[in-house]
Amino acid sequence: MEFLKNIFSRKPSSGSVAKDRLKLVLIHDRANCNTDLLEMMKNDIMQVIAKYMDIDEAAGMDINISQTTDDDNKTVPVLYANIPIKNMRKKT
Amino acid sequence: MSEVYVITSGKGGVGKTTTTANLGAGIALLDKKVVLVDADIGLRNLDVVMGLENRIVFDMIDVIEGNCRLKQALIKDKRYPTLHLLPAAQTKDKDAVTPEQMVKLCEQLREEFDYILIDCPAGIEQGFKNAIAGADKAIVVTTPEVSAVRDADRIIGLLEAAEVRSPLLILNRIRINMVKRGDMMALEDVTEILAIDVLGVVPDDESIVISTNRGEPCVADKDSFAGQAFRDICRRMNGETVPLMDLETDKGFMSKIKKLFGGS
Repeated sequence: MEFLKNIFSRKPSSGSVAKDRLKLVLIHDRANCNTDLLEMMKNDIMQVIAKYMDIDEAAGMDINISQTTDDDNKTVPVLYANIPIKNMRKKT
Repeated sequence: MSEVYVITSGKGGVGKTTTTANLGAGIALLDKKVVLVDADIGLRNLDVVMGLENRIVFDMIDVIEGNCRLKQALIKDKRYPTLHLLPAAQTKDKDAVTPEQMVKLCEQLREEFDYILIDCPAGIEQGFKNAIAGADKAIVVTTPEVSAVRDADRIIGLLEAAEVRSPLLILNRIRINMVKRGDMMALEDVTEILAIDVLGVVPDDESIVISTNRGEPCVADKDSFAGQAFRDICRRMNGETVPLMDLETDKGFMSKIKKLFGGS
Protein backbone atom coordinates (compact mmCIF):
# COMPACT_ATOMS: atom_id res chain seq x y z
CA MET A 1 0.00 0.00 0.00
CA GLU A 2 2.85 2.35 0.93
CA PHE A 3 4.26 1.69 -2.51
CA LEU A 4 1.02 2.70 -4.26
CA LYS A 5 0.69 5.76 -2.05
CA ASN A 6 4.15 6.87 -3.15
CA ILE A 7 3.27 6.49 -6.82
CA PHE A 8 0.08 8.49 -6.61
CA SER A 9 1.16 11.23 -4.24
CA ARG A 10 3.16 14.20 -5.42
CA LYS A 11 4.92 14.61 -2.11
CA PRO A 12 8.72 14.58 -2.33
CA SER A 13 10.34 11.62 -0.58
CA SER A 14 11.04 12.15 3.11
CA GLY A 15 14.73 11.47 2.51
CA SER A 16 15.07 14.46 0.19
CA VAL A 17 13.00 16.59 2.57
CA ALA A 18 15.47 15.64 5.31
CA LYS A 19 18.43 16.59 3.13
CA ASP A 20 16.96 19.99 2.24
CA ARG A 21 16.06 20.78 5.83
CA LEU A 22 19.52 19.75 6.95
CA LYS A 23 21.20 22.02 4.39
CA LEU A 24 19.14 24.98 5.52
CA VAL A 25 19.83 24.37 9.20
CA LEU A 26 23.56 24.07 8.54
CA ILE A 27 23.71 27.37 6.66
CA HIS A 28 22.48 29.05 9.84
CA ASP A 29 24.67 26.95 12.14
CA ARG A 30 27.83 27.48 10.17
CA ALA A 31 27.22 31.21 9.91
CA ASN A 32 26.41 31.54 13.59
CA CYS A 33 29.50 29.62 14.60
CA ASN A 34 31.70 32.35 13.23
CA THR A 35 30.61 35.65 14.73
CA ASP A 36 34.28 36.53 15.32
CA LEU A 37 35.11 35.80 11.73
CA LEU A 38 32.17 37.88 10.51
CA GLU A 39 33.32 40.80 12.67
CA MET A 40 36.87 40.55 11.28
CA MET A 41 35.52 40.41 7.74
CA LYS A 42 33.32 43.41 8.40
CA ASN A 43 36.30 45.48 9.54
CA ASP A 44 38.38 44.44 6.53
CA ILE A 45 35.60 45.24 4.06
CA MET A 46 35.05 48.60 5.72
CA GLN A 47 38.76 49.47 5.45
CA VAL A 48 38.84 48.61 1.75
CA ILE A 49 35.76 50.66 0.92
CA ALA A 50 36.95 53.58 3.04
CA LYS A 51 39.97 53.81 0.73
CA TYR A 52 37.70 54.90 -2.10
CA MET A 53 34.55 56.35 -0.52
CA ASP A 54 33.37 58.15 2.57
CA ILE A 55 31.53 55.66 4.73
CA ASP A 56 28.86 56.90 7.09
CA GLU A 57 30.12 55.08 10.17
CA ALA A 58 27.58 56.72 12.44
CA ALA A 59 24.75 55.14 10.47
CA GLY A 60 26.24 51.76 11.22
CA MET A 61 26.82 48.94 8.79
CA ASP A 62 25.34 45.52 8.67
CA ILE A 63 26.93 42.30 7.42
CA ASN A 64 25.39 38.88 7.72
CA ILE A 65 25.06 35.56 5.97
CA SER A 66 21.65 34.39 4.86
CA GLN A 67 20.43 32.20 2.02
CA THR A 68 18.80 32.56 -1.32
CA THR A 69 17.82 30.21 -4.13
CA ASP A 70 19.87 29.94 -7.30
CA ASP A 71 18.67 29.26 -10.85
CA ASP A 72 18.14 25.55 -10.14
CA ASN A 73 16.03 26.39 -7.08
CA LYS A 74 18.80 25.16 -4.78
CA THR A 75 19.48 26.93 -1.52
CA VAL A 76 22.83 28.72 -1.48
CA PRO A 77 24.35 31.02 1.13
CA VAL A 78 24.81 34.72 0.37
CA LEU A 79 26.84 37.40 2.10
CA TYR A 80 24.66 40.44 2.62
CA ALA A 81 26.26 43.81 3.34
CA ASN A 82 24.58 47.15 3.91
CA ILE A 83 27.14 49.97 4.00
CA PRO A 84 25.81 53.54 4.12
CA ILE A 85 27.96 55.97 2.15
CA LYS A 86 28.23 59.71 2.80
CA ASN A 87 30.07 60.69 -0.34
CA MET A 88 30.89 58.66 -3.44
CA ARG A 89 34.17 60.44 -3.94
CA LYS A 90 36.65 60.49 -1.15
CA LYS A 91 37.94 63.91 -0.20
CA THR A 92 41.71 64.08 -0.37
CA MET B 1 53.89 3.90 16.13
CA SER B 2 50.71 3.98 18.14
CA GLU B 3 47.61 5.88 17.12
CA VAL B 4 45.14 7.61 19.42
CA TYR B 5 41.60 7.78 18.05
CA VAL B 6 38.68 9.59 19.64
CA ILE B 7 35.23 8.26 18.74
CA THR B 8 32.78 11.15 18.93
CA SER B 9 29.41 12.31 17.60
CA GLY B 10 27.99 15.31 19.45
CA LYS B 11 24.55 13.78 19.66
CA GLY B 12 23.92 10.99 22.14
CA GLY B 13 22.50 7.59 21.24
CA VAL B 14 23.95 7.28 17.74
CA GLY B 15 26.20 4.35 18.65
CA LYS B 16 29.54 5.76 19.84
CA THR B 17 30.02 3.25 22.63
CA THR B 18 28.90 0.27 20.55
CA THR B 19 31.21 1.40 17.77
CA THR B 20 34.14 1.81 20.17
CA ALA B 21 33.57 -1.68 21.63
CA ASN B 22 33.36 -3.30 18.21
CA LEU B 23 36.37 -1.48 16.75
CA GLY B 24 38.39 -2.43 19.82
CA ALA B 25 37.50 -6.10 19.61
CA GLY B 26 37.87 -6.09 15.82
CA ILE B 27 41.36 -4.58 15.90
CA ALA B 28 42.34 -7.03 18.66
CA LEU B 29 41.29 -9.83 16.29
CA LEU B 30 43.93 -8.47 13.89
CA ASP B 31 46.54 -9.18 16.62
CA LYS B 32 47.15 -5.54 17.47
CA LYS B 33 47.43 -4.29 21.04
CA VAL B 34 44.38 -2.15 21.79
CA VAL B 35 43.16 -0.22 24.79
CA LEU B 36 39.66 1.23 25.06
CA VAL B 37 39.39 4.35 27.23
CA ASP B 38 35.94 5.29 28.52
CA ALA B 39 36.03 9.09 28.77
CA ASP B 40 32.37 9.36 29.77
CA ILE B 41 33.05 10.06 33.43
CA GLY B 42 29.93 9.80 35.59
CA LEU B 43 27.98 7.86 32.96
CA ARG B 44 30.24 4.95 32.13
CA ASN B 45 28.81 2.37 29.78
CA LEU B 46 31.64 0.94 27.73
CA ASP B 47 32.24 -1.65 30.49
CA VAL B 48 28.70 -3.06 30.21
CA VAL B 49 28.70 -3.04 26.41
CA MET B 50 31.96 -5.02 26.58
CA GLY B 51 30.59 -7.33 29.29
CA LEU B 52 33.42 -6.40 31.67
CA GLU B 53 31.39 -4.59 34.33
CA ASN B 54 32.11 -7.15 37.04
CA ARG B 55 35.85 -6.84 36.72
CA ILE B 56 36.37 -3.16 37.55
CA VAL B 57 38.58 -2.47 40.57
CA PHE B 58 40.23 0.85 39.73
CA ASP B 59 39.25 3.46 37.14
CA MET B 60 40.73 6.30 35.09
CA ILE B 61 40.44 8.85 37.91
CA ASP B 62 42.35 6.50 40.24
CA VAL B 63 45.18 6.44 37.70
CA ILE B 64 45.16 10.22 37.22
CA GLU B 65 45.05 10.91 40.96
CA GLY B 66 47.80 8.38 41.59
CA ASN B 67 45.70 5.99 43.71
CA CYS B 68 46.93 3.08 41.63
CA ARG B 69 49.35 2.27 38.83
CA LEU B 70 48.07 2.31 35.23
CA LYS B 71 48.54 -1.47 34.93
CA GLN B 72 46.28 -2.07 37.94
CA ALA B 73 43.37 -0.18 36.38
CA LEU B 74 43.59 -1.82 32.95
CA ILE B 75 41.13 -4.70 32.56
CA LYS B 76 42.36 -7.48 30.31
CA ASP B 77 39.61 -8.96 28.17
CA LYS B 78 39.96 -12.75 28.43
CA ARG B 79 38.25 -13.35 25.07
CA TYR B 80 40.75 -11.17 23.17
CA PRO B 81 44.35 -11.56 24.36
CA THR B 82 45.47 -8.12 23.13
CA LEU B 83 42.43 -6.07 24.25
CA HIS B 84 42.27 -3.92 27.41
CA LEU B 85 39.74 -1.51 28.91
CA LEU B 86 40.38 1.54 31.07
CA PRO B 87 36.99 2.23 32.67
CA ALA B 88 35.62 5.66 33.58
CA ALA B 89 34.79 6.61 37.15
CA GLN B 90 31.08 6.39 37.89
CA THR B 91 30.96 8.56 41.01
CA LYS B 92 32.90 11.61 39.77
CA ASP B 93 31.90 14.16 37.16
CA LYS B 94 33.49 15.44 33.96
CA ASP B 95 35.38 18.24 35.71
CA ALA B 96 37.42 15.70 37.69
CA VAL B 97 39.85 15.52 34.73
CA THR B 98 41.70 18.23 32.83
CA PRO B 99 42.76 18.09 29.16
CA GLU B 100 46.41 18.16 30.30
CA GLN B 101 45.87 15.04 32.40
CA MET B 102 44.25 13.29 29.45
CA VAL B 103 47.22 14.14 27.22
CA LYS B 104 49.56 12.67 29.84
CA LEU B 105 47.43 9.54 30.17
CA CYS B 106 47.45 9.03 26.40
CA GLU B 107 51.24 9.41 26.33
CA GLN B 108 51.53 6.67 28.97
CA LEU B 109 49.20 4.38 27.01
CA ARG B 110 51.18 4.92 23.80
CA GLU B 111 54.11 3.09 25.36
CA GLU B 112 52.06 -0.10 25.70
CA PHE B 113 49.53 -0.15 22.87
CA ASP B 114 49.26 0.07 19.06
CA TYR B 115 45.76 1.56 19.13
CA ILE B 116 44.18 3.72 21.82
CA LEU B 117 40.44 4.24 21.26
CA ILE B 118 38.75 6.91 23.37
CA ASP B 119 34.97 6.73 23.77
CA CYS B 120 33.86 10.38 23.95
CA PRO B 121 30.79 11.49 25.91
CA ALA B 122 27.88 13.17 24.09
CA GLY B 123 27.87 16.96 24.08
CA ILE B 124 30.48 19.63 23.41
CA GLU B 125 31.40 20.60 26.96
CA GLN B 126 34.28 19.67 29.25
CA GLY B 127 33.93 15.91 28.69
CA PHE B 128 34.32 16.38 24.93
CA LYS B 129 37.32 18.68 25.39
CA ASN B 130 38.98 16.14 27.67
CA ALA B 131 38.31 13.24 25.30
CA ILE B 132 39.83 14.94 22.24
CA ALA B 133 42.80 16.48 24.07
CA GLY B 134 45.18 13.56 23.60
CA ALA B 135 43.86 12.29 20.26
CA ASP B 136 45.72 12.26 16.92
CA LYS B 137 42.70 11.28 14.87
CA ALA B 138 38.94 11.40 15.20
CA ILE B 139 36.12 9.12 14.08
CA VAL B 140 32.76 10.87 13.83
CA VAL B 141 29.78 8.53 14.22
CA THR B 142 26.42 9.66 12.91
CA THR B 143 23.09 8.23 11.77
CA PRO B 144 21.16 9.34 8.66
CA GLU B 145 18.93 11.75 10.59
CA VAL B 146 18.79 15.54 10.43
CA SER B 147 19.58 16.00 14.13
CA ALA B 148 22.53 13.59 14.19
CA VAL B 149 24.14 14.97 11.01
CA ARG B 150 23.67 18.52 12.24
CA ASP B 151 25.50 17.70 15.46
CA ALA B 152 28.20 15.87 13.51
CA ASP B 153 28.78 19.03 11.46
CA ARG B 154 29.24 21.03 14.66
CA ILE B 155 31.65 18.44 16.03
CA ILE B 156 33.72 18.47 12.82
CA GLY B 157 34.04 22.25 13.17
CA LEU B 158 35.13 21.94 16.80
CA LEU B 159 37.64 19.19 15.94
CA GLU B 160 39.19 21.41 13.29
CA ALA B 161 39.38 24.32 15.72
CA ALA B 162 41.15 22.00 18.19
CA GLU B 163 43.51 20.90 15.39
CA VAL B 164 42.43 17.27 15.33
CA ARG B 165 42.78 17.07 11.57
CA SER B 166 40.79 15.19 8.93
CA PRO B 167 38.15 13.32 10.93
CA LEU B 168 36.68 10.14 9.40
CA LEU B 169 32.98 9.29 9.15
CA ILE B 170 31.10 6.17 10.22
CA LEU B 171 27.48 6.25 9.09
CA ASN B 172 25.62 4.02 11.50
CA ARG B 173 22.21 2.34 11.41
CA ILE B 174 21.56 2.70 7.72
CA ARG B 175 18.47 0.86 6.43
CA ILE B 176 19.07 0.18 2.78
CA ASN B 177 15.40 -0.56 2.00
CA MET B 178 14.39 2.86 3.31
CA VAL B 179 17.21 4.54 1.36
CA LYS B 180 16.03 2.79 -1.81
CA ARG B 181 12.49 4.04 -1.54
CA GLY B 182 13.74 7.54 -0.73
CA ASP B 183 12.75 7.60 2.92
CA MET B 184 16.25 7.81 4.37
CA MET B 185 19.27 9.90 3.47
CA ALA B 186 21.92 7.88 1.61
CA LEU B 187 25.64 7.87 2.38
CA GLU B 188 26.20 10.19 -0.58
CA ASP B 189 23.74 12.74 0.84
CA VAL B 190 25.53 12.78 4.17
CA THR B 191 29.07 12.99 2.74
CA GLU B 192 28.00 15.76 0.35
CA ILE B 193 26.85 17.81 3.33
CA LEU B 194 29.64 17.01 5.79
CA ALA B 195 32.48 16.87 3.23
CA ILE B 196 34.63 14.34 5.12
CA ASP B 197 36.14 10.99 4.18
CA VAL B 198 34.17 7.81 4.90
CA LEU B 199 35.63 5.11 7.12
CA GLY B 200 32.59 2.85 6.92
CA VAL B 201 28.86 2.27 6.77
CA VAL B 202 27.13 0.08 9.35
CA PRO B 203 23.67 -1.37 8.65
CA ASP B 204 20.90 -1.20 11.22
CA ASP B 205 20.98 -4.75 12.51
CA GLU B 206 19.19 -6.70 15.24
CA SER B 207 22.41 -8.55 16.01
CA ILE B 208 23.75 -5.32 17.60
CA VAL B 209 20.94 -5.36 20.16
CA ILE B 210 21.39 -9.06 20.82
CA SER B 211 25.16 -8.88 21.21
CA THR B 212 24.92 -5.79 23.43
CA ASN B 213 22.39 -7.63 25.61
CA ARG B 214 24.97 -10.35 26.10
CA GLY B 215 27.96 -8.04 26.47
CA GLU B 216 29.72 -9.61 23.49
CA PRO B 217 30.78 -7.31 20.62
CA CYS B 218 29.13 -8.54 17.38
CA VAL B 219 32.37 -8.02 15.43
CA ALA B 220 33.36 -11.56 16.43
CA ASP B 221 30.07 -13.00 15.14
CA LYS B 222 30.74 -14.26 11.62
CA ASP B 223 27.00 -14.31 10.80
CA SER B 224 26.34 -10.73 11.87
CA PHE B 225 25.83 -8.21 9.07
CA ALA B 226 26.85 -5.26 11.26
CA GLY B 227 29.76 -7.35 12.54
CA GLN B 228 31.02 -7.67 8.96
CA ALA B 229 30.81 -3.88 8.56
CA PHE B 230 32.89 -3.42 11.73
CA ARG B 231 35.45 -6.03 10.62
CA ASP B 232 35.87 -4.10 7.34
CA ILE B 233 36.33 -0.81 9.22
CA CYS B 234 39.00 -2.37 11.44
CA ARG B 235 40.93 -3.60 8.40
CA ARG B 236 40.76 -0.09 6.89
CA MET B 237 42.09 1.39 10.14
CA ASN B 238 44.91 -1.14 9.91
CA GLY B 239 45.88 0.22 6.48
CA GLU B 240 44.12 -2.23 4.16
CA THR B 241 41.97 -1.10 1.24
CA VAL B 242 38.55 -2.68 1.68
CA PRO B 243 35.58 -1.63 -0.49
CA LEU B 244 32.40 -0.46 1.25
CA MET B 245 30.16 -3.46 1.85
CA ASP B 246 27.13 -4.23 -0.27
CA LEU B 247 24.25 -3.47 2.07
CA GLU B 248 21.73 -5.38 -0.02
CA THR B 249 19.82 -7.74 2.26
CA ASP B 250 17.06 -8.64 -0.13
CA LYS B 251 18.54 -11.73 -1.80
CA GLY B 252 15.11 -13.11 -2.63
CA PHE B 253 13.90 -14.59 -5.89
CA MET B 254 12.38 -11.37 -7.29
CA SER B 255 15.50 -9.30 -6.72
CA LYS B 256 17.57 -11.96 -8.49
CA ILE B 257 15.22 -11.73 -11.46
CA LYS B 258 15.52 -7.93 -11.41
CA LYS B 259 19.31 -8.19 -11.29
CA LEU B 260 19.19 -10.50 -14.29
CA PHE B 261 17.51 -7.71 -16.25
CA GLY B 262 20.00 -5.12 -15.13
CA GLY B 263 17.96 -3.63 -12.27
CA SER B 264 19.51 -2.79 -8.95
